[in-house]
Amino acid sequence: MMDMIQTEKLIFEYEKRDEDGNVIGTSRAIDGVDIDVKEGQFIAVLGHNGSGKSTFAKHLNAILVPTDGTVWVDGRDTKEPEELWNVRQSAGMVFQNPDNQIIGTVVEEDVGFGPENLGVPTDEIWQRVEESLKAVGMLSYRHHSPNKLSGGQKQRVAIAGVVAMEPKCIVLDEPTAMLDPVGRKEVLKTVQRLREEKKVTVILITHYMEEVVDADKIYVMDHGKVVMEGTPREIFSQVEKLKQYRLDVPQVTILADELKKRGLGIPAGILRKEELAECISSQYTHGNRTGMDG
Amino acid sequence: MSIRLEHLNYIYSPNTAYEKHALKDICLEIPAGEFVGVIGHTGSGKSTLIQHFNGLIKATDGKLFYNGENIYEPGYNMKNLRNEVGLVFQYPEHQLFEIDVMSDVCFGPKNQGLSPEECEKRALEALRLVGLKEKYYKASPFELSGGQKRRAAIAGVLAMRPKVLVLDEPTAGLDPKGRDDILDQVAYLHKQTGMTVILVSHSMEDIARYADRIIVMNHGEVMYNDRPKNVFAHYRELEKAGLAAPQVTYIMHDLKERGIPVDIGVTTVSEAADEIMRALGTEISENEDMTGDGMLDADAMGGDTSDAGATGDGTPDADAAAVGRASGADTADSKNMEKKR
Amino acid sequence: MIRDITIGQYYPAKSILHRLDPRVKLVSTLLYLVSLFLFRSIAGYLVATLFLIGIIRLSRVPFGYIVKGLKPVIMLLMITVVFNLFLKKEGEVLVHIWRLSITTAGLRNAVYMAIRLIYLIIGSSLMTFTTTPNELTDGIEALLNPLNKIRVPVHEVAMMMSIALRFIPILLEETDKIMKAQQARGADFESGNIIQRAKAMIPILVPLFVSAFRRANDLAMAMEARCYRGGEGRTKMKPLRYKGRDRAAYVMIAVYVAAVVAIGRYVPLKIWIF
Repeated sequence: MMDMIQTEKLIFEYEKRDEDGNVIGTSRAIDGVDIDVKEGQFIAVLGHNGSGKSTFAKHLNAILVPTDGTVWVDGRDTKEPEELWNVRQSAGMVFQNPDNQIIGTVVEEDVGFGPENLGVPTDEIWQRVEESLKAVGMLSYRHHSPNKLSGGQKQRVAIAGVVAMEPKCIVLDEPTAMLDPVGRKEVLKTVQRLREEKKVTVILITHYMEEVVDADKIYVMDHGKVVMEGTPREIFSQVEKLKQYRLDVPQVTILADELKKRGLGIPAGILRKEELAECISSQYTHGNRTGMDG
Repeated sequence: MSIRLEHLNYIYSPNTAYEKHALKDICLEIPAGEFVGVIGHTGSGKSTLIQHFNGLIKATDGKLFYNGENIYEPGYNMKNLRNEVGLVFQYPEHQLFEIDVMSDVCFGPKNQGLSPEECEKRALEALRLVGLKEKYYKASPFELSGGQKRRAAIAGVLAMRPKVLVLDEPTAGLDPKGRDDILDQVAYLHKQTGMTVILVSHSMEDIARYADRIIVMNHGEVMYNDRPKNVFAHYRELEKAGLAAPQVTYIMHDLKERGIPVDIGVTTVSEAADEIMRALGTEISENEDMTGDGMLDADAMGGDTSDAGATGDGTPDADAAAVGRASGADTADSKNMEKKR
Repeated sequence: MIRDITIGQYYPAKSILHRLDPRVKLVSTLLYLVSLFLFRSIAGYLVATLFLIGIIRLSRVPFGYIVKGLKPVIMLLMITVVFNLFLKKEGEVLVHIWRLSITTAGLRNAVYMAIRLIYLIIGSSLMTFTTTPNELTDGIEALLNPLNKIRVPVHEVAMMMSIALRFIPILLEETDKIMKAQQARGADFESGNIIQRAKAMIPILVPLFVSAFRRANDLAMAMEARCYRGGEGRTKMKPLRYKGRDRAAYVMIAVYVAAVVAIGRYVPLKIWIF
């Protein structure tokens, strides 16, 4: 598999300025991050607010460039000015606030905005717009005003806007943070569909753990560093550590952990409700049988 | 400090293309000192509902009684109502405007016509209540982090010493730590001052943890108005209304369907753990006593027999019957209300 | 309510007017506005009114919706009417109040000025009702393109306009929210003298500016992330190409202007109602 995104000792520092604009120091937002994403993977980056995960996301689209270290997107160094637009085309980005990333006043015009910027011929723009709106299930809203859509729908339009640029990789920076449960579900389903149908690489940045159960790999960030990495099962089995990093551990995981602590034979890293219920009920039937035998 | 709504209706932009019946015949009572959770999907009318509580929105028709007085009577002191019912909007940090946190928190008390000393005293008290560190009091509100800004904004409402505190999704956009901090702070306030708290949230888990009672809004109507465990028993209906019960509820129902005698009414993780251990534990040691225990527990649940009935067997039919009975109880309730009037 | 402002907003519908090329609509609107000042007789008003009614019918925008758009300019309208009412000294005096008098000429002027203003507003808002801001900016961009040669950043200006229009409803809603939030903290916007009222706006304006800047920042980032780099090398999803109906529309507006000028000037229908 090819490397879609690779970072090497990525460091990013903000300059702190006093009231006159003089630099009075620097603050390190990202501190030596090494991440490796293969084509077609679903990667999640978890972290609480201020852990550096959004700053990291902005490096994948060359909105920010590293102070030190390197970011390669599809083999291109994001620091090279002549690669800038190629990088942005290969790694599309969806942001947190649905209102502040929709440029068009009609859904289809917004989706066409990216291809227009890329200089795609008119006929092809129409084709791409139609296809992308179909891919996110918003085709029937193509003539609507974005202002009248729900949060989840707006986010899906934003995703379509990125899909229309035909990126190899989509970076979603807390796309669900401002949505209600229905909207969150909508967006996650859309992302899943894109992975299945378009085989795009997805990097999901979030603090909701239940959104990353299906990820191929999870990175947990804290204070600008990657502090945990592994499969969801490996990550979810360390409940205490996750809580310490201020993450939103799903109730299932906490309950499984709690039961395990009380001596039930439950395997580490339970991800889904059904899984836990299965586990407990097997204990029950087992216990029941021994009870009857005795 | 009770709030009572009688047949309240609200219509947005009446007689236009955008006309929307946002609240339909709402009858509610929120007694003083209660911690009430309000949930509903976006557009269910919950935000519109709470803006009625301090008179920011005037109902199209119906009555709203605060302490037994109809606030729509001519001559009613609206200013006083706003002093007593504090409303914290969604993303309240977006309302910060003063040069420092302290002056911003003083804005409310100042509008109440208090002396500068008294304003400052109340502001200090409010800032302490929300747990904002003293070094930030003189900082510009725009320099604070997201969580700190939110605390400052909530302090801005608390400084008015409201008797009823209404919070519209106070934790939206915060991370888990920030969320727990704020909700714990609110719960503490509720306990300390006995103030009525009305908490609007999307998160069933949060509401389950704190609220005595849950009001579920759906398409402008009150869908449920009951204790958390009774509301969550309708988890299938909640899903249809674009909501979800806490994960624990699903697990407990799943276990029940698999034939494990657990109480499906538990709503928090620690309760669930206790309950599962109990079910498994009694099972292993004394098989015969199990049924007795189960019955006892059902009684202990406190009169909500409809639920206990459903726990008897986990088939969908029985659940549906329980729902039917529960909604029957709802109508009985509303009839009672009508009688009172 | 502040959210009720409909002026400058797009009204989605499927009408021939919605489908017209924005350049046609821009030019026609301009011509219509100018035409309102080219005649002085009732016949002229009749033609202009008939034309406007026809256009409203064609646009499929509900009349009530259009009228609502007039609400925010009522103050302006009143001032104009009052000025015209009292300042014209010719003609027969109808009413005399203190040192001011209303004359027939004044009354006539006031009524005509009000009609002109209303038609002007309706005419131009019909354009925004039937043209998406993007089309509008495309149209302006195309019409002003010659200015590019003298280094006027036409595309950028057009883009700015388009974004402004997209964010007007969002910022209006935000204003509404901030107002309510401050009212909940006891703010009072309705009483006091003019200075007190102006001061009372600070708690609204500061958060509004902060929010607008935050949104602008976010939006700029989102635009860059989607490879926006100015007008150069950009293709169009909806390039402007004149079609048969656009040519027909040009002919129609030309006929209208000719008619209104001719009838307004030369048809002796100068019967005043009062």
